[in-house]
Amino acid sequence: MTITVKFFASLREQIGQSEIEIDSAETVAQAWAKACNNAPLPSHILMAINQEYVDKNAAVKNGDEIAFFPPVTGG
Amino acid sequence: MSIEITSKEFNPWNSLQAYEKNLVALHGKSGAVATFVGTMRDYNDGDSVQAMFLEHYPGMTEKYLQKISDTALKRWDILDTFIIHRVGEILPGETIVLVAVWAGHRAPAFEACRFLIEELKFQAPFWKRETLSNDNGVRWVEKNTN
Repeated sequence: MTITVKFFASLREQIGQSEIEIDSAETVAQAWAKACNNAPLPSHILMAINQEYVDKNAAVKNGDEIAFFPPVTGG
Repeated sequence: MSIEITSKEFNPWNSLQAYEKNLVALHGKSGAVATFVGTMRDYNDGDSVQAMFLEHYPGMTEKYLQKISDTALKRWDILDTFIIHRVGEILPGETIVLVAVWAGHRAPAFEACRFLIEELKFQAPFWKRETLSNDNGVRWVEKNTN
């Protein structure tokens, strides 16, 4: 089982990687913990599964693309 | 409906004119077009800004803009929507975003245009990193203003 975890913008710079693969996770919060060595999940961070916004308790399945990123600032 | 993410500088008025030319079906039907154009400033938060880099989430950004355009077309009595957004390196004075909405009448055109730019600014995955003038370094913009 492989789950891809992506990071963007300032979060990517803090973590030092744009993408990490993990072997399993039940929820988005668990995927964060696995990818980030159990660092606490910052409260303002946004998250997505397969490019759709979700919350940290959303269920993850094999092959999913999970993304974590800071508040957006486009426009 | 059209959505475009581009790393090239664009003139919003030329883009609008070119897009409208192809809207043959709307000729005689569209009575109002509301547009929003966002331009890069050379200052932010009290500091002088020399350049900006706009990052996005390829795939999710397009999907999100598609979703809000679909929502606008369902929620208001409008005829068409058009969004262009820059990514990559941007300089002061250059256009960051164009949102345009065509409708029979002005009220739905204005309302849908406002909806699209607000949803884009607060939800679409784009991030700005500023390069400050006078070698004052780079910083990520933490939140959008109104």
